[in-house]
Amino acid sequence: MTELATNLRRVAIDPLSRVEGHGKVTLLLDENNHVTQARLHIVEFRGFEKFVQGRPYWEIPVMVQRLCGICPVSHHLAACKAMDQVVGVDHLTPTAEKLRRLMHYGQILQSHALHFFHLSSPDLLFGFGSDVAKRNIVGIATEYPEIARQGVLLRKYGQEVIRHTAGKRIHGTGAVPGGVNKNLNQAERDALLADIYQIIAWCRDAVAMARRLFEQDPELYNDFGRFEANTLNLIRADGAMDLYHGGLRARDRDGKTLFDHENYDHYWDHIYEDVKSWSYMKFPFLRQIGPEDGWYRVGPLTRVTQCDFIPTPLADVERRAFMAYDSGRAAGATLGTHWARMIEMLHSAEAIKELLHDSDLLGDDLVMHGEHRERGVGVLEAPRGTLIHHYRVDENDLVVRANLIVSTTHNNQAMNEAIRAVARQYLDGRELTEGLLNHIEVAIRAFDPCLSCATHALGKMPLTLNLIDAEGREIDRLARDGSGECSAGECC
Amino acid sequence: MSENTFNLDGSPVPFEPGQTVLQAALAADRYIPHLCYHPEFKPHGSCKVCTVKVGGRTAASCTFPAQAGLIIESNTEEMNALRRTLVQMLFAEGNHFCPSCEKSGNCLLQALGYDLGVTTAGFRHMFPDRPVDASHPDLWIDFNRCILCELCVRASCEVDGKCVFALSGRGITKNLVVNSPSGLLGDTDISPDDKAAHVCPVGAILPKRVGFAVPIGERRFDLSPISAQALADAPRSQTPAQPCSSCEGSE
Repeated sequence: MTELATNLRRVAIDPLSRVEGHGKVTLLLDENNHVTQARLHIVEFRGFEKFVQGRPYWEIPVMVQRLCGICPVSHHLAACKAMDQVVGVDHLTPTAEKLRRLMHYGQILQSHALHFFHLSSPDLLFGFGSDVAKRNIVGIATEYPEIARQGVLLRKYGQEVIRHTAGKRIHGTGAVPGGVNKNLNQAERDALLADIYQIIAWCRDAVAMARRLFEQDPELYNDFGRFEANTLNLIRADGAMDLYHGGLRARDRDGKTLFDHENYDHYWDHIYEDVKSWSYMKFPFLRQIGPEDGWYRVGPLTRVTQCDFIPTPLADVERRAFMAYDSGRAAGATLGTHWARMIEMLHSAEAIKELLHDSDLLGDDLVMHGEHRERGVGVLEAPRGTLIHHYRVDENDLVVRANLIVSTTHNNQAMNEAIRAVARQYLDGRELTEGLLNHIEVAIRAFDPCLSCATHALGKMPLTLNLIDAEGREIDRLARDGSGECSAGECC
Repeated sequence: MSENTFNLDGSPVPFEPGQTVLQAALAADRYIPHLCYHPEFKPHGSCKVCTVKVGGRTAASCTFPAQAGLIIESNTEEMNALRRTLVQMLFAEGNHFCPSCEKSGNCLLQALGYDLGVTTAGFRHMFPDRPVDASHPDLWIDFNRCILCELCVRASCEVDGKCVFALSGRGITKNLVVNSPSGLLGDTDISPDDKAAHVCPVGAILPKRVGFAVPIGERRFDLSPISAQALADAPRSQTPAQPCSSCEGSE
């Protein structure tokens, strides 16, 4: 807000609301021109927590999945897990539980394939600073047609799993409070079984490709945007990776366990949320450490490195190889997220295969009933990380309060730390360059944040980069629009 | 053309004395798009979707008496364009958020929109903000989805004998109200077994704690379009409706 001579005031609204998918990053310098802070401004305002208020609880699992077109199943299932508690159901029937898991693994598979092949592979295969006209999925299809084809078909398979379990590839209705509304019939099961072994083989190839990237340029991949973080994920009672259900496990930067197998029903005993004036996104932190240093990282890298084992054989072999690679350096690298993501994709494919051989999927016992409760909390591991849905429902069955902590929100400060690390590595003096912008983009994309998947059309993430000196003055600005064109902003 | 026939889009349609144009057409396996018409209730003519052109003038076919020798245009681009506009207006006046509505796939308004080829909003949405009434233990009302067809009003009076519902206001402010001192459904004697609890063509009056129990692909209009189902259901009984005692003399 600026006072003008005419007594008129110019009101600048920044960040802009509903400017879907435009990332904005501010770098703050100290007196010696060192980057002290990086801020990724999330400028999309969704408001779901507000507008589900006053709606009946049974609408919520279908309503909230509209948060996203890439991972709607995650929101659908997290909300349904919360509503299971509201309808007084603590244990689903085997058929319902396994169908939901099948749907969830289909979701993980398709989302990870989309991210790795469609969004990230152009950066990884062509190089971070390569020609933007080529650095996209079309370029991949031209130069690496078999990789592009596998990416498309892997995603298609995951979408088919979702279609058979939820009725539609995107925004289906398979899960209902207390269970599911359909089983898998013989024909659907056979159709999915026909391709699953090819899918597993392609997933193994994808893991190998992620490993090769590290082998080709270990210095870059190990150190790019590297930072130490507290971590949080769900874990099965026996310590196995479980993406659908489990207790909360958190460790500090030194690997010391802060809490383990904690019931997520009272997640607020461990996690609080802070707010900042410059972002619509909240800043969750571990209460045990505090708001300053309690930020943490969620997602594939955390899950793969923090589980004791992966309960499917091929993926667990890859997990052990990942953990051992270069004396564990890859397991702490920001770009190791891509490798971990492919291990999870392989795990999902194996889990789908095991489920498809389980006759419980064909059962008819779909829904359980219980006594109404006023509160429900549902937590699962979405493709991008831990996802928390929390609702209060009144005596008339209407939602009166909702709190959603989505994966990208958990990773909020972690992304800032990755950006800061990259800026420290690649910012030369006080001038912003396209190379720096490209590298920051790669660091952000490693987390697969929602703004990336919403807007990352053909590899050209619209991004604005601001450089602020110790006096708070903007000393440089660089913007790239959706067509990939870079322009220096008017400043100074 | 025999004595008791009229001409619909160039073909003869037989009728029985007392039938309306819509009733006779449906009985003869001829579809005229309609929305507020319900075969168990006296024709009402509120939504106008069944409007046809009779001798060059428009008329609601659900209330227009069938007469020998009428020349009626229905399935023309002009009339279907008018119907699309009417359906667009109904969508724009309410909050018909189909993606999370339990009625989706079973909704007459949605099915009619698909059948008529409504692909755009057409009008600026009015986004009414009417709180839902969830005070009843087994039923709830989302007033934002009401299309003022009065089927619940008629069912509650004529079949249930309770007169739980009424329309209030005029013009654009007309709205559905509940006939209880508090204005809440929970303070009425409506039962989930009542006809009024099941007659709503959209998602305004629904049973509680039922959501998406029927999978996508198995819902009513997933199986066949509304035009085919309307014909499959015809001919229908013409049992005269009886007003309930509590309504007698009220008008």
